Amino acid sequence: MEFPKHLKYSREHEWVKVEGNVAQVGITDYAQSELGDVVYVELPEVGTDVEANNTFGVVESVKAVSDLFAPVTGSIAEVNPQLEEEPELVNSDPYEDGWMIKIEMNDPSELNDLLDVDEYKTFVEEESK
Amino acid sequence: MAEPGDALRRTSLYETHVAAGAKMVPFAGFEMPVQYTGVIEEHHAVRQAAGLFDVSHMGEFEARGPGAAAFLRRLVTNDVSRLEVGRVMYCTMCREDGGIIDDLTVYRLADERYMAVVNASNIGKDWAWMAARKGAGVEFRDVSSETGLLALQGPRAEAVLAGLLPGGGDLGAIPYYGAQERTWQGKRVLVSRTGYTGEDGFELYCGAPDAPALWEALMARGGGEGLKPCGLGARDTLRTEMKFALYGNDIDEATNPLEAGLGWVVKFQAGEFIGREALLGIKERGLSRKLVGFEMVDRGIPRHGAPILAGGRNAGVVTSGTMSPTLGKAIGIGYVPLTHAAEGCEIAVEIRDKARAARVVETPFYRREKA
Repeated sequence: MEFPKHLKYSREHEWVKVEGNVAQVGITDYAQSELGDVVYVELPEVGTDVEANNTFGVVESVKAVSDLFAPVTGSIAEVNPQLEEEPELVNSDPYEDGWMIKIEMNDPSELNDLLDVDEYKTFVEEESK
Repeated sequence: MAEPGDALRRTSLYETHVAAGAKMVPFAGFEMPVQYTGVIEEHHAVRQAAGLFDVSHMGEFEARGPGAAAFLRRLVTNDVSRLEVGRVMYCTMCREDGGIIDDLTVYRLADERYMAVVNASNIGKDWAWMAARKGAGVEFRDVSSETGLLALQGPRAEAVLAGLLPGGGDLGAIPYYGAQERTWQGKRVLVSRTGYTGEDGFELYCGAPDAPALWEALMARGGGEGLKPCGLGARDTLRTEMKFALYGNDIDEATNPLEAGLGWVVKFQAGEFIGREALLGIKERGLSRKLVGFEMVDRGIPRHGAPILAGGRNAGVVTSGTMSPTLGKAIGIGYVPLTHAAEGCEIAVEIRDKARAARVVETPFYRREKA
């Protein structure tokens, strides 16, 4: 299981990569492995406003539908166009080609509410007990 | 029906699944493997080579004696009085009003010996219904917990099983929906050419304590043929591609076999059975809805319970749906009004508050190439 050090993590198993005022978001390796084969991803349109801890889309495995939660507030600057045709990228490469959205942040101080890699590892260990 | 809070039961293969790295989930009161390596990989293994499933959670009831045939004939909609020794029949069992209590297979194992195989979720309910209607000259037993059941499915299933049984097991002598006893390691195994996947294959009934050794032996033999252990996830996508009904999803006591497309197992001309009058009435009045298969035109995966719209109005409900691994399309099964049941009819499925276009298509969605 991979837990890249340079990322921030949410308690909903999203990862966040910060570049200036933009937060790139995807789901973690742990999340994709719990879901199983991802067959469908539904993402918002560019320009949509999203609010921290509210849903911004869904990811579906063969068996289950799971909501995706925005880790920060802002507006959608970009969505990964590849996931429409190749949702399996979420399984094969969750931290790179399987990214989902980029959010132009309203309030970067919200990042302080997220977990760092060690906190997230502990969180996953607790949850998978 | 299992109640929440009841302890989950395990099949004799539980340890085997866990050791093989299966992901275990609660299903019908049992702790069952939903997948080993991945649903899609397991699905393709069954379509292209072979897959092995533990379905020991299914229920088995044995009826013996001079009254067994008449007892079962009254309970099910298909004409089990015509069942020959060594053959299997798919049936529904209905209430007086035609509602489906369960779908099941009935085996004639010997002259006066039958076996009914029922859904795990319905074992208690079916037993109560059937045992209360047992007539004279019938010995009726629930042998579910002492019976192990493996499903070996796929185009290479016969080769795998032939490699295991002495002399190849003479499997050519077992026709589709036929079942014969074979011996393996001194144990009796009922080899049934049946399944729930749309591929050739077998269901193997053995003593529950013998199931782990049989599983291991099949896996050891089958590796060269591409045999993979498969979970309930792949079992569901495979059966959905065939539009095989799943009790509790596509059929239940509020549905009848005629609207569910199971009229072919309702034999009105063959004597009395429970539900006959009601079903005849439904047939004479005409159906109001029908279970159909559809493909999504817009993006989205139809899921159990999603509303179906016809002409913009709420008109039915999705009973099963998935992304079909074989077809690479989102497919679904659901009840629609007769006006929208023909192939090519345009309907919509409401997914997350949005109507998404779909089209009624011919089923099964998938058809294997006959050898």
